[in-house]
Amino acid sequence: MRPLTEVETKTFFEKLAKYIGRNITHLIDRGDETYCFRLHRDRVYYVSESVMRKATSIGRDQLISLGICFGKFTKTGKFRMHVTCLDYIAQYAKHKVWIKPNGEMPFLYGNHVVKAHIGRVTEDTPEHQGVIIYSMTDIPLGFGVTARSTSDTRKMEPTAIVVFHQADIGEYLRQEDTLF
Amino acid sequence: MAGRPATKKGAAKSSPAVSSQKNNKRKVSASTEPLSKKAKVGAKIGNGKLNKVVPKSAEEDSEEDDESWAYGAVSDSDSDIEERDDEFVSAEEGSDIEVGALDDDFLGDEFAESDDEGKAPGTAMFGSDDDEGEDEGEEDEEDIFASNSEDSDDDDDMETKSRKLDAAAKLEAEEAEAELQTNIMLESDKYVLPEDNHEILQSTDLQVVQARIQEIVRVLNNFREMREGDRSRNDYIAQLLKDLCLYYGYNEYLMEKLFYIFPVSEAIEFFEANEVPRPVTIRTNTLKTRRRELAQALINRGVNLDPIGKWSKVGLQVFDSPVPIGATPEYLAGHYMLQAASSFLPVMALAPQEHERVLDMASAPGGKSTYIAALLKNTGMVFANDANKDRTKSLVANIHRLGVKNAVVCNYDGREFPGVIGGFDRVLLDAPCSGTGVISKDASVKTNKSEQDFQMLSQLQKELVLSAIDSVDAGSKTGGYIVYSTCSVTVDENEDVVNYALRKRPNVKLVSTGLDFGKEGFTRYREKVFHPSVSLTRRYYPHMHNMDGFYVAKFKKISNKIPKKMDDNVDLDEEEEFAPSANKAGKRTRGGKKTEEELEKVSFNADEDEELIRASQAKLLHTQKGIKLRPKKSEGTK
Repeated sequence: MRPLTEVETKTFFEKLAKYIGRNITHLIDRGDETYCFRLHRDRVYYVSESVMRKATSIGRDQLISLGICFGKFTKTGKFRMHVTCLDYIAQYAKHKVWIKPNGEMPFLYGNHVVKAHIGRVTEDTPEHQGVIIYSMTDIPLGFGVTARSTSDTRKMEPTAIVVFHQADIGEYLRQEDTLF
Repeated sequence: MAGRPATKKGAAKSSPAVSSQKNNKRKVSASTEPLSKKAKVGAKIGNGKLNKVVPKSAEEDSEEDDESWAYGAVSDSDSDIEERDDEFVSAEEGSDIEVGALDDDFLGDEFAESDDEGKAPGTAMFGSDDDEGEDEGEEDEEDIFASNSEDSDDDDDMETKSRKLDAAAKLEAEEAEAELQTNIMLESDKYVLPEDNHEILQSTDLQVVQARIQEIVRVLNNFREMREGDRSRNDYIAQLLKDLCLYYGYNEYLMEKLFYIFPVSEAIEFFEANEVPRPVTIRTNTLKTRRRELAQALINRGVNLDPIGKWSKVGLQVFDSPVPIGATPEYLAGHYMLQAASSFLPVMALAPQEHERVLDMASAPGGKSTYIAALLKNTGMVFANDANKDRTKSLVANIHRLGVKNAVVCNYDGREFPGVIGGFDRVLLDAPCSGTGVISKDASVKTNKSEQDFQMLSQLQKELVLSAIDSVDAGSKTGGYIVYSTCSVTVDENEDVVNYALRKRPNVKLVSTGLDFGKEGFTRYREKVFHPSVSLTRRYYPHMHNMDGFYVAKFKKISNKIPKKMDDNVDLDEEEEFAPSANKAGKRTRGGKKTEEELEKVSFNADEDEELIRASQAKLLHTQKGIKLRPKKSEGTK
């Protein structure tokens, strides 16, 4: 467990900014408690400082997880967001997509979101923008990247993909072994 | 007839019991009936007294007698049940007529009869034999049916009179009863226990086995009266255990272990309950939603559910669901956790308060840990430990899914605490156990647990509970509690472990679990006697509470100081659990062999132990980082 290096921080924040933009500052400067990002076995954890301090007692091999895992660095040095961070990024998300009940299960099985399943979209979402996917009952289901801007999707046919799948909460079941 | 209302009342009172045992009575062979009648008549004549009114007690007793020979008759001729049934019908009809006729007779002189003690023997005989009726099993039944309809005619005056007479006739009746009993004993046949190597034993026909189980249970429930000759209780129990093993598929060791926890008929209920799955229950994750909202969302998906009971505000019981309950979007979003009702209990007993630091020593797959976090409302911190690295994956997944943000997951052997980190406000130890409470979930327990497994488990549990106790900071303002729980019902994994902890750590005491239901823990079990406060612990059984078999004990740590115990007797007692014949010299080597760190740490009774202890304490303190109570502890132990 160690703080992120300069390079790592940059890669990580760039990725994070795709979803929550400048709201990253809300993650770092919190009113209640000091929180920090820590790297442990290639994974980035977001955890309060008090918990982090206590967790230093745990040996490196025995420490499995602390706080919330945001994602991991791949071997090529890129950062990959995990669905586990959904709680936080849903809270600060700038662009959202709501999908209809009949589109929930296909998305939770790891499919892209097609236009027919879209219920609502945040206005002015640009192309290739990270978005959070919600069900119509406002349960965050995952996140993805838009294939077209909001205005462009209007002209598309119903079967066309609007949001590329990045992560969904179905991964808790599907990828339990590899996710953590 | 003054006696009549009273006796009727008695009959009415006992009627539920009688009707419940009707089946047994039906089997009474007609051939034995006249004999018993004769016997009773003989008894009364021999008594030389006029039993106009047979008191209730006598009636009831004689009823029992009847039943006892009823069983005898059944076992006597197993083959021709149908035949006997027929016979019985005819007997019934016969007695019906008889009773009716006699009733008419009585209408004439019932008052005279009741008031006059010195009546002619003939009439009195009739009166006692038929009007009061309950002397005999068959007519008893008839009389009840008749009297139930007539009850409304009862006169209060007559009742009081009859009560007086009841008292007056009590003595006579007792004598009569004594004779009755001896007479009946002569006539009755008991359930014949099959001999060893008898062909019945070889048969694997489950119906035969079940019938035999029922018979033996009945005999055991009223052993004095129904035993066969001089067969001992052990004979019956040995046969019963064999049959139960065969019928329910347990291995003999486990069967014996479980059997003695319960009274006989309850044990059967327990085994029966283990064959039935428990209801599916879910726990609302209060970090993300509320129970009402969750219930609504699930009902919209067609799930049929209900609150789990008054004792839990977050539990829901699922009756049936058209969708897999473990894969709904709500589940994936972490709005609920699939969790057995029983595993709510230890967390409710632990009752963590906000801003506390809590350790869950054996936490995978995280049902209880996430419940703790939910009660903490994501304040403070939860250390979720599990010794099995593979299982930590599901633990981490559940912690993230349920949105627990203050958890640290680690992979230590629980016994390494508090060496890793100590000073917790509360510790939950849901110890690894044999799983005898969850046989309905995992039936493999029935066969794959041997004596050795149980020994290893209780040894491990004892070590873990001491670690758990040592990991708690008694000085905590809000906490200082330890909850020990298992999903097992055996005594050596539960009360025995708790008792051990109380002896080894005099600085803890048992406190009420705060759970308002469940059975009290045993304070004594077979040859073992436990500390009286063990009754504060709680047991849960599948047949009683419709949840998995479970055990919860809650300790409060009073001080961080482990008082030295110089009492040799105590130490010897403790040692006996592991090695009955171990002397002091052998003890140290045994302890070393087993690497009982905890034992070594505490069981100092000789001077040379002192050095070892100091050394290990020093080592321990070295490994403890960031623990504030270090000076206190070292003071306490040195």
